Amino acid sequence: MKTFGDITAVRDVSFAVEAGEMFAFLGPNGAGKTTTIKMLTTLLTPTSGSVEVDGQDPATHAISVRRKFGIVFQDPSLDQELTAAENMRLHAALYAVPKTARDDRIERLLKLFELWDRRDSLVKQFSGGMRRRLEIARGLLHTPKILFLDEPTLGLDPQTRNQLWVLVRQLNEQEGVTIFLTTHYMDEAERVAQRIAIIDHGAIVAEGSAAALKERTSTGTLEEAFLALTGTTIREEPGSGLDQMRNMAKMWSGRR
Amino acid sequence: MTLGVVWALWLRQMKRYARSRARIVGSLGQPLLFLVALGFGFGPVFQRAGQGDYIQFLAPGVICMTILFTAIFNGIELIWDRQFGFLKETLVAPVPRLTIMVGRTLGGATVSLIQGVVVAVICLVAGFRPIGLGAMPEAFVFMALVALMFTALGTAMASVMEDFQGFQLVMNFLVMPTFFLSGALFPLTNVPPLIGGIAAVDPLSYGVDGVRGALTGVFHFGVATDLVVLVILTSVCLVAGSYLFSRIQL
Repeated sequence: MKTFGDITAVRDVSFAVEAGEMFAFLGPNGAGKTTTIKMLTTLLTPTSGSVEVDGQDPATHAISVRRKFGIVFQDPSLDQELTAAENMRLHAALYAVPKTARDDRIERLLKLFELWDRRDSLVKQFSGGMRRRLEIARGLLHTPKILFLDEPTLGLDPQTRNQLWVLVRQLNEQEGVTIFLTTHYMDEAERVAQRIAIIDHGAIVAEGSAAALKERTSTGTLEEAFLALTGTTIREEPGSGLDQMRNMAKMWSGRR
Repeated sequence: MTLGVVWALWLRQMKRYARSRARIVGSLGQPLLFLVALGFGFGPVFQRAGQGDYIQFLAPGVICMTILFTAIFNGIELIWDRQFGFLKETLVAPVPRLTIMVGRTLGGATVSLIQGVVVAVICLVAGFRPIGLGAMPEAFVFMALVALMFTALGTAMASVMEDFQGFQLVMNFLVMPTFFLSGALFPLTNVPPLIGGIAAVDPLSYGVDGVRGALTGVFHFGVATDLVVLVILTSVCLVAGSYLFSRIQL
């Protein structure tokens, strides 16, 4: 459980993700997805309850838990004034990737994500899709066991989305990276995830494979199953100061 | 503390600085204006009041002004990083927050120190004459302390600010008075007690006095006082900045 003052963001979220699994975490806006990810990734500590990531508690073993995962945040976290290669090298320094392995790994990842030719371009000149690919490449640089993807395909065109999931699935199958993802696109979740959990009002309302969820709600598509489980009311998310700033930043970067 | 991380974050600040040519040129405009308008404008009055050459007096103040503004801005830039998301990348890294804070602050302080040196060179061109080359290292130490103190202070304030709304507040009610009441523009001897009192609690007063004393040989508070006060206040700002930075929640 996690409370912020009077507001309870997450109250009853119990689940386990198997190593090597692709696990999708779905829910309407404000359901508690990002709060849950923040608790898993040491950015927030739960008010009550326990969390374990690869056998360790993120609240007490923050540093060693952080070595185990890579994360692609809901909104961008690259330094736009640096080049793609510089962003990668900075990440390598933060995660103490050995110098000998560093350059090989950067080259391999940038080639895999088709960014090698643009490695010396500033990130601010990149398209949304390229930035996303670079963030995922960066998140994998320290060879994490787990990759968190918080709405990684938001705002991307179908081609880029497709390419991105092909790459992510490849990583999962070939390197055994556990994938924990959130998305609003039900077709994506159905396509890539072996198991799905649906969260609403801070609690998990259903968990299982896409087929099991459809069967349970006797619906034809995952989207219908999702609506059957979470209702059709539109959720209002209060705009925080941070959201307002994000909008301001969008305007600024648009002008440049 | 991992030196590699501190170095990488420091290098990042240097690259960002070197790439923002507009910012470099823009931030030199203000000190230049102060030097020309005040320096040459008030020069004759100052002279007639028996205080000597105003450029000699003003130049250290303008150098400190540049460092103050750039340092606060560099600290506050943390909000920008929070905004554009890069802060998250550093906060989920397997590195203690103190290391992140130290790397950032050293980077920001170096940038403002470079700006200060550039303005010092401009002052030399404008006719400022320090007492000798031996004065340079001493002045440099004071400039570095001012840079470090205000970068840490900026970081501390940015750590508790959610957005840029507060930035204007900081500028108008903290940075501007800090500058104008520090003795950067006028001698603190013979000022009314109120102004003198404010100047005595203004951290920048000791920085200005240190730089001015080193370069022109005339101290108001004295070199030892300046040094002790600055070292203590810089440490306080660094501790406060580290503490507040470690409490940032995303």
